[in-house]
Amino acid sequence: MSQAAESIALRVRALRKAYADVVAVDHLDLDVYRGECFGLLGPNGAGKTTTIEICEGLTDPDSGTVELLGRTWRRNAAELKQLLGIQLQETQFGDKLTVRETVTLFRSFYQRGPSVDEVISLVQLEQKRDSRVGQLSGGQKQRLAMACALVGDPEFLFLDEPSTGLDPQARRQVWDLIEGFKATGRTILLTTHYMDEAEKLCDRVGIMDRGRIIALDTPRALIASLRAEHVVQFAVAGGDGPFEADGLRAIAGVLDLRHSDGAVEMQVEQLHQTLPAVLQAIAARRCSLTQLSTHSATLEDVFVSLTGRHLRDE
Amino acid sequence: MSETALTAPRESANTTSLTQLALMRFREFIREPEAVFWTFIFPILLAAGLGIAFRNKPADVMKVAVVNNGHAGSYAQWLARDRSLRIRQLDESDAFRALRTGAVALVVIPQPGGGVTYRYDDTNPDGRAARATVDNAIQRGAGRVDPVPARDDRDREPGARYIDFLIPGLIGMNMMGSGMWGIGFSIVDARRRKLLKRLIASPMSRGQYLASYLLSRLVFLVLEVGVVAAFGIFVFGVPFRGDPGAFVLICLLSALAFSALGLLTASRARTIEGISGIMNLIMLPMWVLSGVFFSADRFPDAVQPIIRALPLTAVIDALRMNMLQGLGLAAVRGQILLLATWLLVSFAVALRIFRWR
Repeated sequence: MSQAAESIALRVRALRKAYADVVAVDHLDLDVYRGECFGLLGPNGAGKTTTIEICEGLTDPDSGTVELLGRTWRRNAAELKQLLGIQLQETQFGDKLTVRETVTLFRSFYQRGPSVDEVISLVQLEQKRDSRVGQLSGGQKQRLAMACALVGDPEFLFLDEPSTGLDPQARRQVWDLIEGFKATGRTILLTTHYMDEAEKLCDRVGIMDRGRIIALDTPRALIASLRAEHVVQFAVAGGDGPFEADGLRAIAGVLDLRHSDGAVEMQVEQLHQTLPAVLQAIAARRCSLTQLSTHSATLEDVFVSLTGRHLRDE
Repeated sequence: MSETALTAPRESANTTSLTQLALMRFREFIREPEAVFWTFIFPILLAAGLGIAFRNKPADVMKVAVVNNGHAGSYAQWLARDRSLRIRQLDESDAFRALRTGAVALVVIPQPGGGVTYRYDDTNPDGRAARATVDNAIQRGAGRVDPVPARDDRDREPGARYIDFLIPGLIGMNMMGSGMWGIGFSIVDARRRKLLKRLIASPMSRGQYLASYLLSRLVFLVLEVGVVAAFGIFVFGVPFRGDPGAFVLICLLSALAFSALGLLTASRARTIEGISGIMNLIMLPMWVLSGVFFSADRFPDAVQPIIRALPLTAVIDALRMNMLQGLGLAAVRGQILLLATWLLVSFAVALRIFRWR
């Protein structure tokens, strides 16, 4: 076995899964290396959850192979389950049980792992140890789900939308937990539709759309692939006839431009060189600006430039 | 020393998880006040209510109206001698209204010239009984002498009363209700919450998951049956004539059969509304047909084979034979065989079609 093969924790080849009305995963290949945090980024319905659930052994693919920690679901299911930590989207634990009872139940399924109290303090739920699950906040419930994922001391952690629906403070707490796990050198596969989450947590990101990975690299390299440092968005009103946006492409430093109904989004190399020229061009057409904003390029802009749609368009 | 302490919990990991799963069932049940009410309090209230309502049925009096039309003569006086009759003298229209509303079972209409007409509903057993008793009292009062001497020997031994009939029915109904609801509701709730999916993503054994339901059912069974049986025995003196071992066996088998049926009912449903509909569809016919409150023999012969094939009928018949008639296992082998068949078939089908996620 070569060095590269040994360092691969998850190898997915030619994975395909179709439901009655849609092809959820369409011939997908993926390698996740040991010790990295890999993110599947994409809009709702892109096939992220189907992909991660096939890797978790919960869904059977129509075709293709999944090799996880050198094992397969067909031959080593029981052994694999002991090695994985799993957090699903939207699991509701029993409201009538306490935090400690829930973690104790999950701990009993695993042959090895930290003690129940250790896990509870790891996710900072000591104060809520004897509270019923029904009384926890959204963030606390999510940390309980993390506790149940970490209770078997997993080699590989699957997180499906770990911070969806949480307030900023609760998100940060979950992120701290994920970074803490990453620091122990073990592997994570997570899905998200938040670009900032992917940028912050992931070593590499695969951008998914319609069942395929359409771009895969480090967040930095993906953003750099745009060549654009900045994104300018503006809207105009007035002027003689419809606003002729395509003419702005001629301005030096404009890399890409899309527009609809007088709202324009352009990717530019250097804000301080290009923006004044853009504003001049608008003034020359006797239009007035109704909105103007700029931001540094993000993974969202990568997605927009690849698909022409926003991550949260649906 | 410290090494043993460290390794000890690891060795028992497997039995621990069955215990933890069963504990989860137990906690979820006792922390749900409604479930405790329906399982333990409701059957007692029902037994108490029905027991009081029917407590002295054999000694019940029959209410009879005599029309006050001037031809009654000594009728009212003769009738008053019979202790099982209560006589009201009414105008004709009032008497007929009383008959229509069920306030009296029979109206005596004295005829001019000495005859008498009885007005009653001959499809109503109370009406027919009142007709016989009233006629007897009038004929004897008028001087009839019976050619055959007859003597009454009244047997009011416990075992023949309505409450004696009812308690085995309630025990059976209770085992069905809590077996099916306890398992069906809980599984569908776990499926709806995606907790079931989360559990099977862990190394939990699916067999242990299902076994934990049976285990917790058996714990509750002791309480459910015990509470209703003890209430019947100590409050109403319901007899307990059968072999206790056979009684326990019948209850165990019933609880398992209804658990398996609950499992089958819950094997596909995704919503609470769905499972509630299926549960009622399955349980309602048994409430009506299986002889909980009145004998299943009252239904036409044509449907008897179907009624006898229902699990609740088998449970209640076996319990009545055991408790009231004191019959042994041999007498209830048919019922036991039927329950075992329900258990095995339901469980096998449930495992085959069970939706784990």
